Amino acid sequence: MDTSRSYLEPSSFSKKLAATIIIVYTVITLIPISWMVMTSFKNVNSAISYPPEVLFEPSLEGYVNLFTNRSRQSQEYLDSLPAPETWYEELVRSREMVITGPSKFLGRYSNSMIIGFGSTFASVFLGALAAYAFSRFRVPLKDDLLFFILSTRMFPPIAVAVPIFIMYRKLGLGDTHLGMIILYTVVNLSLAVWLLKGFMDEIPKEYEEAAMIDGYSRLQAFFKVVLPQAMTGIAATAIFCMIFSWNEYAFAVLLTQFNAQTAPPFIPTIIGEGGLDWPAIGAGTTLFLLPVMIFTIILRKHLLRGITFGAVRK
Amino acid sequence: MSKIKIVNLQKSFGDFTAVKNSNLTINDKEFFVLLGPSGCGKTTTLRMIAGLELPTSGEIYLGDEEVGMLRASERDIAFVFQLFALYPHMNVKNNLSFPLKMQGYSRSEIKTRVEEAAKLLRIDHILNSNISSLSGGDRQRVALGRALVRRPKAFLMDEPLGTLDAEFRELMCLELKKLHIDVGATTVYVTHDQLEAMSLADRIAVMDGGEILQADEPSVIYNKPATKFVASFIGSPGMNFISIDQGISNEQSTLNIEGTNFNIPKQYEISKGKKNSFGIRPENLSLTNEGGLKGSVFGVEYLGSRKIVTVKTNFGEIKVKTDISTSVKINENVQVKPSNDNIIIFDGETDKSLKSEFMN
Repeated sequence: MDTSRSYLEPSSFSKKLAATIIIVYTVITLIPISWMVMTSFKNVNSAISYPPEVLFEPSLEGYVNLFTNRSRQSQEYLDSLPAPETWYEELVRSREMVITGPSKFLGRYSNSMIIGFGSTFASVFLGALAAYAFSRFRVPLKDDLLFFILSTRMFPPIAVAVPIFIMYRKLGLGDTHLGMIILYTVVNLSLAVWLLKGFMDEIPKEYEEAAMIDGYSRLQAFFKVVLPQAMTGIAATAIFCMIFSWNEYAFAVLLTQFNAQTAPPFIPTIIGEGGLDWPAIGAGTTLFLLPVMIFTIILRKHLLRGITFGAVRK
Repeated sequence: MSKIKIVNLQKSFGDFTAVKNSNLTINDKEFFVLLGPSGCGKTTTLRMIAGLELPTSGEIYLGDEEVGMLRASERDIAFVFQLFALYPHMNVKNNLSFPLKMQGYSRSEIKTRVEEAAKLLRIDHILNSNISSLSGGDRQRVALGRALVRRPKAFLMDEPLGTLDAEFRELMCLELKKLHIDVGATTVYVTHDQLEAMSLADRIAVMDGGEILQADEPSVIYNKPATKFVASFIGSPGMNFISIDQGISNEQSTLNIEGTNFNIPKQYEISKGKKNSFGIRPENLSLTNEGGLKGSVFGVEYLGSRKIVTVKTNFGEIKVKTDISTSVKINENVQVKPSNDNIIIFDGETDKSLKSEFMN
């Protein structure tokens, strides 16, 4: 019997088992994503060919189609045009089409950015203030209020779609960036308050007291001492809020059409000739995936770092 | 630096009164220790002086200014927390300059002051270190440094040595005392450790149950405790008490216990009732063969230079501090007798010490 390891340490068998489970799970989750990325680099025919092609000649057609509007022209007309100046014009011409202008994708994408980051910032900021108040002050009916805040998440948000739709129409908030930011913030806020309260409770109140004795007001102490230490919680909360508002589909379909439409309701409507343009949709979803991915990777180091780094001995 | 005065200070949390009607004057440049068991109200008193708690009633004077209702940031005091509360997201230098930044000093002034404080505390070599990489003692010094750079009206310290290990605590005790002499700052220091209090304090206030029982110099607190609680709390081991079922009259100078007459200091106060206590410290007792309280040896502790012999008598266990050469065996019959007249009679009804020739 191997007696060299401690009883607390997992055996090599359980380590291998854990590794296998993680690898299998990772592969399963990555298949749809890699299929999506592959589709974005296929051309229209190979995207829908059967049996599906795993090996194919990569093409940027999907991305070109995603960003442009095109129209089909006769061969005579194409011949009469001057030679194409760019690689993407050439690609489009080879399909007997000309570029008529940029598509709406960039606008929808930036709407998603504005609404996603805007509502994430608002949820985390307001959530941090509320969580701090709940954590530190004697708020009357604190427990009831916290439960009330949580109860807003006990039904799916879409259950209140009709009243919100009517409210937004009356208030003129329909199809506006502000309206969508407010909506997503309201939905995310309860989660933000609860998550952040847990983190705020963990921060010893001596830090603010020390800052207040050092001559800072409570609000200054909050920004200079409490917030930096709540970074772990803020990062986690921000990621959750961002993922929700970035991916939200139902309200976006219902409340936005032109001005403030986000990418999720737009991408599936990309129509090519004779049906959906799968490579373009693949390209759109791939690009759509990137910001949340980058955002999560940036905030990851805060997630991994301890809150107090042992400056207070407990 | 200024003196601190608290007048009729009271603090209640709901039904619970943490500090009862306290009065204290802490002199300028004094090292003043609030001593008591946990929950006695010492920390609450300190936090009220700091402005971290507002008093329910009463006044606090910092110098000549009444500050009782001012916010902590408006009081110009420094506070050293038990857990140091160093800002973990800043390095040592930024921790030290944090209070100065708020007061609008120029960059060069901040630099000079931080370096000055760092030099004094011998932490100038770790100014750029992260807080998390510091040892307990260095964290302690940084916490003191953050208090020092401000040059505040007073230093308040809440068990700052509580988390250090014993060896280090002794060292920091010495350093604190030296620092106090160098800087000459009015200091209020809270602790539950009587040895720390004895070695640091110019004066000590002993608190229990939210009340200040006695505030005086360490030697007076030790030798002439005002109440039975002070007598038992201070000293290691604490004072011995022998219950006596007899009243004390004025001018009384002997006391008959179990048929033996003991000389006591001439009493100047009449006891209120018939149940009183006879108090004497272990070092003022000696073992003898006759003329003392009878008992048997229950335990012997060697303390290196002294020995503590616990004697079981009809009045409970009595601890005697004896010479190391005294040899006794467990269960041996011995007698215990006072070796001098450092004897205090405590009134059974008030728990206060009675006035006498010794307790004048």
